[in-house]
Parts: sequence; structure tokens; C-alpha cells
Amino acid sequence: MSDRILGGIGLALSIFFAWQASIIQESFLTDAVGPKMFPYIIAAVTGLSSLYFLLKPDIDPHWPSAGRLAEIGFAALVLIAYAELLPVVGFVISTAIAAAYLTWRLGSRPIESVIIGVATSVGIYVIFRLVLGLSLARGPLGF
Amino acid sequence: MELLSSLADGFAVALTWQNIGLALLGCFLGTIMGALPGLGPSNGVAILIPLAFTLGLGATPSLILLTSVYYGAMYGGRISSILLNIPGDEPAMMTCLDGYPMAQQGRAGEALALSGVASFVGAFFATWGLVLLAPQLVKVALLFGPAEYFALFTLAFATLGGISSTNQAKSAFAAGLGLALAMIGVDTQTGVPRFTFGEVHLYDGIDFLVAIVGLFALSEVFIFLEHRGTEQDISTKPKMEIGRIIPSWKLIRHCTPTMLRTTGLGFIAGVLPGAGASLGSFISYSMEKRLVDREDTFGKGDPRGVAAPEAGNNAAAGGALVPMLALGVPGSGTTAVLLAVLLALNITPGPLLFSQNPDVVWGLIAALFIGNIMLLAMNIPMVGLFTRVLLVPPRILMPIVAMISFVGIYGISGSSFDLLVMVGFGILGWVLRKLDVPLVPVILGTLLGNEMEVNFRRAVNIANGDYTTLIGSPLAICLWAIAIAGFVLPILLGGLLRGRMRMARDEEGAVQD
Repeated sequence: MSDRILGGIGLALSIFFAWQASIIQESFLTDAVGPKMFPYIIAAVTGLSSLYFLLKPDIDPHWPSAGRLAEIGFAALVLIAYAELLPVVGFVISTAIAAAYLTWRLGSRPIESVIIGVATSVGIYVIFRLVLGLSLARGPLGF
Repeated sequence: MELLSSLADGFAVALTWQNIGLALLGCFLGTIMGALPGLGPSNGVAILIPLAFTLGLGATPSLILLTSVYYGAMYGGRISSILLNIPGDEPAMMTCLDGYPMAQQGRAGEALALSGVASFVGAFFATWGLVLLAPQLVKVALLFGPAEYFALFTLAFATLGGISSTNQAKSAFAAGLGLALAMIGVDTQTGVPRFTFGEVHLYDGIDFLVAIVGLFALSEVFIFLEHRGTEQDISTKPKMEIGRIIPSWKLIRHCTPTMLRTTGLGFIAGVLPGAGASLGSFISYSMEKRLVDREDTFGKGDPRGVAAPEAGNNAAAGGALVPMLALGVPGSGTTAVLLAVLLALNITPGPLLFSQNPDVVWGLIAALFIGNIMLLAMNIPMVGLFTRVLLVPPRILMPIVAMISFVGIYGISGSSFDLLVMVGFGILGWVLRKLDVPLVPVILGTLLGNEMEVNFRRAVNIANGDYTTLIGSPLAICLWAIAIAGFVLPILLGGLLRGRMRMARDEEGAVQD
């Protein structure tokens, strides 16, 4: 079933891709092939392989339970928040929070996670900022 | 003679204090990455690429650092195979068969040391093979026009899925996905934006470093989150004593013919596109078993069963660099990642590399020799230290991996948008891995997409829009034929070979459990 869904999404994407290719504005500078031909070929390859998944799917992989899926989704959200917060609150604080969260969710006890998170963040800061001189995001506190 | 003088120039480049230091660091980090189950050579290189860039290293030093990581990870993969019966990476799978039984018999140290020596022999002679073969291949590659290059790229995609993929349609799909991603951005030929949906951030296209780090490193974090608390999340603590570390000469002499034979075989497997190190170690082990296993000791802790796959997979790692450097077409997943490094450094691999950037190529090759000697010197006495890395639980390690990935990408671009794209690729990578869609063709597509299109359009334009020019020369027809064979043969043979690989592992596993 999973492969059929992949095939369906793949097919839809290929059609969308081909359609987007067809509306590319060509400039007067164009060559004999143009900017559309290669995308059409790609759309054909993905479309045909998607059709294959629809017709001959593999056996289903073992998908995690809803709880685990939520776990992964939440971790992704935390990482997205991390990406957004990095320039705002600075490297050390945002990294400590994100690392502590991941450590906690991977099975550490809460207090242990906080310590590991802070240690990870400070450790990376010391090595990459102070030793190697890399520019990391500065927050309002200057680090 | 010319070769030797080029090589001597290479050593002059590689033997600066900075480069020696980087090689040492790369070997050390690589061995650790290889030893940890889950993090293989491609992840290792992927995580460190952004760092190499943010540190502002030049082309040669970056390459030296990253290829040392590559060789180091190939060495390191054997450590957890021997101590835990869990391969650190896929090529190290066959090393479990005799390595773990040896460890159970209290000969872990001996197995580790012997596999270190075998890795050295494999990688050392393969590097010589690279020196001798790559310039020859360059001469052939100089005959290539745009049509031949287009065929060659197709060949790379067709064979990359190879036997490692379960389903050729999935390899094709993955390649298409990567190529489609490469199309995002401004068309280099005509300057029109494609698939950007008006988003200015996308005009430059998707940075393949962001894609690589997301697909490889972040998806690994999600996999660990998924398996937390399940049987796959077992403690990685080695339970046995290491024992004697320096191998006896007698043992090494006993295994030398094995090492030499499998080095040759592994090198050939590495040079062939798509086969890679996993196949290298598998055929090496199978051949040796057939040749020398008269007392039926293979699978029960025969040292030759440790030497064979290790020499084979390290030789394959060296062999895979031949098409990567000479043709610009990677022979394996990790060399695809290394290719990304070259492209990001504005160096186009391929025949011209040898004439235009001889310092880069020969410096790199010299660094491989130096790295190998360092790895040997490091791996025998320091094996105890490397095994201690296995004591660090993934719950501490994986967040560090994730955070370093973010630091690296942010350091290059300073843009939150890239980090968001990276998280997106991390999720995509996780889903694709669940669905058994290989990641390497996605990377290769993102990487080579534009170059492939340029050659396609150039070929057809030269022929005034006549598409038959793509099959217009004997060389091109030959490449297309190999491409088709490379795509079709695994469908016929791949299941068989894969089944055998799995069976070999399960059978031997069953014997000792």
C-alpha cells in the first residue's frame, strides 16, 4: 500500500512538474533544445517509475505507531523552530534547548538531558567559535 | 616516469604541516564515524563537508580532510563488526562473519589488528591502482564529446542503483527526483527562472550540501528517534576483553595471499560503476571461502575470513575514486558525496582535472598514501581508544551529530532558510529510507543535473536539433549499451546476489547464536 501511495504522489508530482515545465517563459535567447525539454524527460522518468510502483508495489515497510510518528514530527518541528530562533536568540541558547530536547526524546532523563544539552552547546561553541573562529549566530547576549 | 614525478609533486603539496594535521584529524574522526553503527562513510563525509567549507580551507586541504574521513570510515566500519556483530557500515557486513567469532574466542585484539593490516593492504595497493589507472582512463575520456558525456551520466545513474537497491524502478525514481531538484533555479543557458514559484531564495537553486546533510545526517537522527526503546536500540557496549593487540608475523604471513588476491578483486569491484565496497567485500569473502576454506573454518573465526572482506572493501573504496577523478562519475555513494565537494570548490572532476588542477589530484593521491600509513599506525595501538567510542550511547551522540550539521550549514550560508530546507530534506530522507528508495541517486541527480542538461543541450544544438546525435558515435553507443545492461542486469542478477549476501550473513549468524 505504501508503494501505491508513493506511486500516486510521484505521478501527481510528475504531472505537476511537466505542467510547470510547459509554462516556463522562454527568453528570446533560447537554443534549439530550450529550457523545457530536459524537465520533460525527467517528468517521464519519474512518471513511469511511479506507474510501476502503482502496478507492482513492494511489500509494506514497518511504519512506526502513531505515537512514534508524532515523536518524529515533533522533533522536526523543534528543529524548524531551532532554525527560526537561531538568528534571534543566538547560538548557545537555541542549541542548548534543541540538543536537550533531542537527548531527552532519545531516552535520557530530564535533568541529564538539560546538562547534556548545555554541554553540547557550550562544547560546540568553544570548539567552533573560540578555537576555530567560525562565525555562529550571535544572540542579544553576544553569544 | 612522468607519473612518479607527478606523484612527487603531489607529496610536496600533501606534506605541509597543515595538510598532515588535517589528514590526521580526518583519519581519526573517520575511524570513529565508521566504528559507530549507523554512521557510515557517506554520513561522516556529509557531516564534515560544511565544516571544511566554513573553516575556509582551500580545495586541496578540504579534499585531504574529507578523503581521510572516507578512508578512515572504511577502516572503522570493522570495529563494531568484530566487537558487537553489528557492522558499522554496509561494506563491513561480511567482516562480522569471522570477526565476531574470533572476538568470542578471546581474539578480538588479534582480529582488530589483522583487519587493520588487511585494510591497509587493500587501500594501499588500490591507491597505487588509482595512480596507474586514472591517467589512462583520462586519455579515453578526452575522446568524449557532449553526447558521450550525456551517455556517461546516464550510465552513472543506470548503474548506481546496482545490486544495493532492491528495486530498479526506485533507483530510477530517486534519480528523477534528484534531477528534478537540480532543475530548480535560473537556467544557466538562457537565464530564465525554472520551478522557483517566484521565491527569490530558490533562484540560486537548491544547494546540494544542504540536501546531502539533510538526507544523510538528519534522517539518521529521525531513524534513531523511531527506534528508541526497541530491540534495534540495544546497548553498544562491547562485552569482551580486547586481548592481544599486536598480530603475530605468522598470522599476517598466513593471511597475506588472501589479502593480495582480495585486494585485486575489491579494486575491480570499486572501479566498476555501481558495484562499490559492499560488493567488493562480498565477492572477496566468497572467493576466499571457495579457494582456501578446506577445513570448513570460515564463519567460525578464521582469520582469513576477516582479512578477505576488509582488504576487499578498502580496495574497492580506492577503486571507486578512479572513475570519480578521471570521468567525474562517482562509483559509489561516498564518492558521490566527495564529488559534491569538488563541485562546490569550483573544481570540475573529469579528464581536464588532471591537466588543469594537477596539484589537487596528485596532492589528494599523495594524501591518500599518507592517510593510509597514519591509519595503520593509529589503528593498531589505538584500537582500545576507538572501541571506547562505542560506549557513548546514541542518545548523546545523535543530538551532537544534528547540531554539528546545523552549525556547518549555517556557517556557510548564514541563512535560516537553508536550515529549514535541510530539515525538509531530513524528513524526505527518512520517508525515502522507509520506502527503500535509495538516497544516493537523489544526491547524484541534484549534483549532476545541471551538468547533464548542459551536455544534452550542447550535443543536440551542435547537431542543429537532431536528437539522433546522442547515439551518433560508436563510443556513445557503447556507453548506452553499458548503461542499459547496468540497469537491466541487476533486475536479473541482483535478487540472486542480494539473497546470497543476506543468506551468508544469516546462516553464519545462526551458527553462533
